[in-house]
Order: sequence, then structure tokens, then C-alpha cells
Amino acid sequence: MTEPDRGAPVGRRVFLGLVGLGAAGVIVGAKVQNWLEQVVAPIEAKDFTGLTSLLPFGNYRFYSITGDFPHRARDQYTLEVKGLVETPFSISYAELTAMPATKLKRDFQCVTGWRVPDQHWTGVQLSKLLDRAGVKPEATALRFVSFDGEYTESLTLAQARRPDVMVAYQLESKPLSRQHGGPVRLYVAPMYGYKSCKWLQTIELTARVEPGYWENNGYDVDGWVGRSNGRDDAPT
Amino acid sequence: MSSRTLPRFDRVERYAHWCTATLMLILLFTGFSMYAGPLSQLVGRRLLMRTVHLYAGLLLPVPIVVAIALRAGGQLREDLGRLNRWTHEDRVWWSRRRRAGARLGKFNPGQKLNATFIGASIVVMLMSGSILKWYGPFTDSWRQGATFVHDWFAIGLLFAIGGHIVLAFRDPDALNGMVHGPVDAGWAKLHRPRWYAEMVGSDGGGAPDAIGDIGARPAHDATESGLRAGEVPVVDPVHGGTGDGVGDREL
Repeated sequence: MTEPDRGAPVGRRVFLGLVGLGAAGVIVGAKVQNWLEQVVAPIEAKDFTGLTSLLPFGNYRFYSITGDFPHRARDQYTLEVKGLVETPFSISYAELTAMPATKLKRDFQCVTGWRVPDQHWTGVQLSKLLDRAGVKPEATALRFVSFDGEYTESLTLAQARRPDVMVAYQLESKPLSRQHGGPVRLYVAPMYGYKSCKWLQTIELTARVEPGYWENNGYDVDGWVGRSNGRDDAPT
Repeated sequence: MSSRTLPRFDRVERYAHWCTATLMLILLFTGFSMYAGPLSQLVGRRLLMRTVHLYAGLLLPVPIVVAIALRAGGQLREDLGRLNRWTHEDRVWWSRRRRAGARLGKFNPGQKLNATFIGASIVVMLMSGSILKWYGPFTDSWRQGATFVHDWFAIGLLFAIGGHIVLAFRDPDALNGMVHGPVDAGWAKLHRPRWYAEMVGSDGGGAPDAIGDIGARPAHDATESGLRAGEVPVVDPVHGGTGDGVGDREL
């Protein structure tokens, strides 16, 4: 008698094919993701149902170097400017938001590849706060610290004085949420997201650049979008 | 006669299934609660979610691997062989028009595909998840690629498992097999005629009741010839003879 029809081992082929697809995805996924961010995300931004925001591109991904997101209520919040300045000061959330506001509309680009198009930011230009404190001549850089004390960032004085660098308290015309680094965060528009210190509490003027948390872990100190960290994203 | 049952899944298979299912649901919940916008704001507790996700992920392949390796895992190993093999009848099943005439074995093609996809996904998720967790030796591009793969396979799993659960509740007889072990013999005869014939074949149609193992199973060709000799009632009269007929046609 002949062998009965046991069938072809299709299961094994599909299994190996899927595992191969996964492995290939690890290798070329970055390119596909960048394409999705650039081509599909702008369409997604026009989707008022919000359903496409559940897809994994064109959205923020929330990172925190600690396990949780630090929390501080707006009425408990103060921002401190200190270090090499003539008049160190602290201001409350209410005082900060009463200062002349500046608005920016830019893409937000993460060094891990995702990009969120056309984000409206509202805040106070960092240079305004520097002018109020009076920067001493020996200061050349700034150091930023989050209010849980864990995250640190840096900028040179020249970078900090750019008009597209702000202390932000609104995103998309809404108060900055805790996940986005609220109530107040730094927003450095032309640089990768890690430069924009979330949950900002302290701005310290220093004599030289003191690399921040991610910079001590290998990211470039000058984190220009498209010109650092070995990436070629379109500038924001 | 309606109380007659056939043993479908043994204890090892059921434990492997439900342990994997529990871990999978924990992983889907903790994973989506960290990254799916609205849910992440609702759940919070990120550190807890991340820790649970990590350990549940590392444990995910353990139940199935242990079950396969067990001496008592014989039926599971055999069933994996059945899930692997696609016969002509499976191709017939994909045609909606001819579906009713497909003389299926123990699993339908949807079950085969689901099992294959979930098995492969476990490997892919473990691989991409490990790159995300222990990212030291990998380039940024690979890390981004691993995120991409982990995201899309997670979405695939959400749909596959969602569909699996919906279909299970729509077919209580089949669900019963995975919960308690035995299935109604009438269900088997109607929906899995080839498997039914295999199970009752050498006994001349007398299915045992739901206790214990069924003993030595007849070889395939014996089943086939036994079927032709005396198993006419197994074939649905409406589609009488299709058991042999469809086998000759191409899909």
C-alpha cells in the first residue's frame, strides 16, 4: 500500500518564514519605521477620530530613566536658576506662565527614530530667564536637572540663547502632562528629544559643559537633529 | 448517544495551553499599558508593569518547551505534527463554498495557522524583546528595528488571540475540549470527521467514553480502509462521498 496523504509540512515553513521575517525586521525595521514616520504620520495627524494614534508610529513613546514618571503639582512647582549668575532666583508656575510667551510649531524627533510631526509648543524663551538672572562672564554652559534629581542635561550658552530653545509648559495648547515632562520641561527644538530635559527643576550656569545622563551613556553632547549620533533625519 | 465523548486534549496539553495563555494575557496587558497612549495614562505604575512584563516574557516559552520535553508529552508532540501537516482537505476548507465538504483531521486550518503564528511570535518576541532589554551590543539601527518588530508582532498577537478567544466562545464544544479534555463525539463526527474516524476506526464505530487514554491508535491506512469498509455513517449524508471525491480535485 502507498503512504496515505500526510500532507506537506506547511506549518514548519510558515513558522520559519515568520521567524525569518522577525529577524529581517530587526535589521531593516529602522528604515521602514522612518518611512512610516515621514509618509504615513502626516496622514495620521489629520485623523480626527484618533484611532490611528493606536498605531505604533507618528506618536510619542514615553521614556523615563527611572521606573516611573516623577510627579509635581503645578501649584507646588518652582523653577530655580542658579550657579554663575548675578541674581539667582526661583519662580513659581504662575509666575513663569505670566511671562511673555513664545510659540513654536516643529516636528519632535527622537534619537531612537520616531518622529511626531507639527507639534505646537508654548513656553518662555530660555534666553529671557538668563537675562533675568544675569549671566556672569565666566559662565559658558548650562546644566539642567529634573525634579527627581535623576535626569541631567547640558547646553552651551550659545545654544541656550537660541530663539528656538524654551522652557515649555504647554503642548498642543494643553498644559504639559506628567508623561510629557510636565508641569514644565525644556524644549530644544533643533535637537533630539533627549536634550529636552523633562520635569525641569534646576537650571545651573556652569564654567564648562558637564555632559548629561544620556551623554554619559554615549549620546552626542551636541545633539543636532540630522547631524549627530550617526543619524541623517531631516532637521526639525 | 449524545453523552458520548472522545478524549481530545490530555492533561499535559491543557496545562501547557493555559500556562501559555495566562502569561500571554499578562504580557499583552502590561505591554499595551506601557505604550498604547490612552491605556498607559489609565494604568500608570510603569516600573511594576515593566518588571512583570520582563519576567512573564522570559517565562513565556517555558510551559510549551517543558511540555514537549516531558515523557508524558507524547500526545502533544503528536499534535504538533498534526498542526505542521497541511493536507489536501485543508486546502478545500479555505474555499467557503466547499468548506462543509472538507474531511478535516484533528485541527482545522485556522487552528493550524493560529498555532503556527503564536509559536513563531513567541520566538520573535523573545528575540526582539531581548535586544530591547540587553541593548548593549547592538547598534541604534538594530534597536529601532527590534522596537519595530516587537510593536507589529504585538499588534498581530492582539488580533490573533482576540480572534482565538472569540471563536472559542462561539464553539463551546471545542472550548470544552481545552478546558476539561474530552469533546462530544457528535461534534467530532461533524466537524473533524477524519479525526473521529481515526479515534473510533478500529473499534468499528464504538467510541469509548471519556475516561483514560484511547489506547493504540490505528495506523492511517488501516483507518482509511476501515473507513471504506464500514464507516459510511461518518460521512455526512448531504456531502456523501466527498471524503474521496474532493481528494481528486484541485483547489
